[in-house]
Amino acid sequence: MNRLTFKLEKRLTPSPVMVFIIPLISVLLALLLGGIFLVLTGENPLTVYSLMLVDSLGSKYGLTETMVKAIPLMLTSLGVSLAFKMKLWNIGAEGQLYMGAMAATWLPLTFPTLPVYLMLPGMIILGMIAGGLWALLTAIPRAIWKVNEIITTLMLNYVAILWVDFLVYGPWRDPEGSNFPITASFAEAARLPGLGDSRVHTGLFFALALAVILAIVFKYSRWGYSINVIGSSERAARYAGMNIKRNILLVMFLSGAISGLAGMAEVSGIIGKLQHGISPGYGYTAIIVAWLSKLNPLAILIVSVLFGALQVGGYAVQVEGVPAAVATMLQGAILFFVLGGEVLTNYRLKLVSQKGEELSK
Amino acid sequence: MSIQEFLIPLLAASVIAGTPILYAALGELITERAGIINLGVEGIMLIGAVSGFMMAVTTGSPWLGLLASMLAGGAVALIHAFLTITLRANQVVSGLALTIFGTGLSGYLGKAYIGIPVEKPFGVIPLGPLADIPYIGPIFFQHDALVYISYVLVVIIWYFMFHTRPGLNLRALGENPAAMDALGLNVFYLRYIYVMAGGALGGIGGAYLSLAYAPSWLENMTAGRGWIAVALVIFALWNPWRALMGAYLFGGIDALGFRLQVLGYQISPFFLQMLPYLFTVIILVFVVARQKGRLTAPGALGLSYDREER
Repeated sequence: MNRLTFKLEKRLTPSPVMVFIIPLISVLLALLLGGIFLVLTGENPLTVYSLMLVDSLGSKYGLTETMVKAIPLMLTSLGVSLAFKMKLWNIGAEGQLYMGAMAATWLPLTFPTLPVYLMLPGMIILGMIAGGLWALLTAIPRAIWKVNEIITTLMLNYVAILWVDFLVYGPWRDPEGSNFPITASFAEAARLPGLGDSRVHTGLFFALALAVILAIVFKYSRWGYSINVIGSSERAARYAGMNIKRNILLVMFLSGAISGLAGMAEVSGIIGKLQHGISPGYGYTAIIVAWLSKLNPLAILIVSVLFGALQVGGYAVQVEGVPAAVATMLQGAILFFVLGGEVLTNYRLKLVSQKGEELSK
Repeated sequence: MSIQEFLIPLLAASVIAGTPILYAALGELITERAGIINLGVEGIMLIGAVSGFMMAVTTGSPWLGLLASMLAGGAVALIHAFLTITLRANQVVSGLALTIFGTGLSGYLGKAYIGIPVEKPFGVIPLGPLADIPYIGPIFFQHDALVYISYVLVVIIWYFMFHTRPGLNLRALGENPAAMDALGLNVFYLRYIYVMAGGALGGIGGAYLSLAYAPSWLENMTAGRGWIAVALVIFALWNPWRALMGAYLFGGIDALGFRLQVLGYQISPFFLQMLPYLFTVIILVFVVARQKGRLTAPGALGLSYDREER
C-alpha cells in the first residue's frame, strides 16, 4: 500500500521569511485555538478578545497599564535570555525578582531618611546583588557538578516567595497597616519617578538601556561571542580555551541581577512598599517572551509590550466573569505554536509516500 | 510522646503525601527512559487534578474521575510528544510551555469548581488482615485504593523494565534509539506511547490531590509537586524502587512540617512550607555531586531522534 507520511527535510539555511512570519502566525493560531476553546466553554471569543484588546491598548489608561506590566517583563526576559544564550535554563526569574524586591526594600525600611541620591542607587545595587546571588546559588552546583539548574532555579522560586511572605506577614509588617501583609510605605526618596502623571515609571529606561547594552555586547564584544559559542557547543568552547565554569557563574549572576532589578523597579516604581504577591508570574512569562523574541534583546522590548497587553487583557475579562487564567493559557498556546513553527524555519515539510522511501533505502 | 502517637501517623502521612509525587515521578521515569524529558509534569498534574475533579463532581464517581484525569494527562502529553518527537522541538522549552499552558487551562476550567465539595472522594479502605499487622499495617495498609494501586504499579514497572523484552527495548530507546531503529523497532511510535503513558500517570498524580489527598479544587493546587517529581527521577537514578523511597521521603518532609505546626512548635509556617523545596535542591545537589558527573541518565535523554542523522 502506498501510505503517505510527512517528512522533514532540512533547509541548508534557515528561511529568513519564516523567522519573522512564524511568531506572527503562532500568535494568531494560538488566538484561534483559544477562540475555539472559548466557544466550547460557552463564551463569545469576539467579545472576550475585543475586551482584552480595548482594555489593554484602546485607551490612554490601558496603554499605560500595559507599559506598567511590560517593564518587569522586559527586565526579566532580558535576564533569562542572557542565561538561555548559554543554554543555561534559568527559570528562576520569578524568585530572583522577589529577592531583588526584598533586598531593595530593606534600605528604605532601615534608613528611611537617606537622601535620594544615596537611596535609589543603593536600592538598585542591593536589588541586583540579591537577585544575582539567588541565581548564583544554583549556578555553583551547576558549574561544579552539572546539577540540573532547571529544577534548582524553579524550586528556589517557591522559597523566595515564601521568604518574602514570611517578612511581610512577620518582622517587616507595617504596624500601622491594619494587619495587611504589607511593609510601611517607602519615603518619597525611595520611589522611582513616574513619567508625567502616569504609573509608567523610569524603570522603563533601565530596560531600554539594558537591551541596548546587551544587543551591543552580543554583537560586538568578545565576551558576547564566547557566550554564544559556549551555548552552541560546549566542546568547541573548551577547545578554544574558554572558561566555561567561570562563565556559568558570571552569566547566571548577571541574569539573576537583571531580574532582581525588575523586582526593585516594581516595589520602587509601582507599589511603593513590599507586599505579598508582587508578581503575577512575570518570571514565567519572561521565558515565553525570551523564546518568542529569539533571545534578541531589542525584540524582547516589543514582545514584552504585547505580553503586557495580554496580562492587562486577562484582568479585563475577569470583570466579565471569564477567568484571568485565559491569558496564561494563551501564553502557553503561543509558545506551543512558536515551537512547532520553528521547525518550518529549519526544515521543509514534505509529503512523501512510505513506499517511495522504502525503495530509496 | 510515644512511637504510636507520633512516628506511626507521621510515616502513614508520608505515604499519603508521597503518593501523588510517586505517580508523577513514575510517569516521568518511563518518559525519560524512552529518551524524552517532559518538564510539563506540573501542568499535566494540574490538568489531571482539575479534569478528574470535574468528572467526579459531575458523575459522582471518583473512578470515572480517575479515568478522566488519565485521558486528559495523556492528551496533553501528546502535544509534547508531537512537538518533540515529530517536530523535534526543544524538549526543555516544550515542557515549560506545557506547564504554563496546563496552569492556565486548569485555572480556566476549574474556576467554576472552586469551593465545591466532591461527594465521593477516594476513601480509606483498610486492606484486610494486612492492615492489622502492627506498625506496618497502619503505615502502609490503611489508605485509599490509589495508594495500593501505586504499590502494584511500582512492581509492574520495575518488572516490566528489567525483566521483559519490551522493557529492555524501553531502556534501549533512551540509550541508543538508532540501534533500536536498526533492529526494526519504530522509535517514533514507541516514544509516543511512553510519553503519553507518562502523561496519564502524571494525570493520576494530579487526581490523587483533588480526589483523595485534599478532595477539592484549588488553582495551582499541585504547588510544585510536579517539579519535585522531575527532581525525584534524577534522585531515583531512573529506578522505580528508588522513586518509591524518594517519594515517601519527600512526602515525609511535607507531612513533618504540617505536624510540627499542629504540635505547636514555634516555627513560622512559611519556613515549614519551604522545607520540601529546599530539601529537593539539597538532595539533588547531594545525589548528583556524589555521582561526580557519572550520572546514569539514559544516554540519549533530551536529544531528538533524526533518522537521517544517524
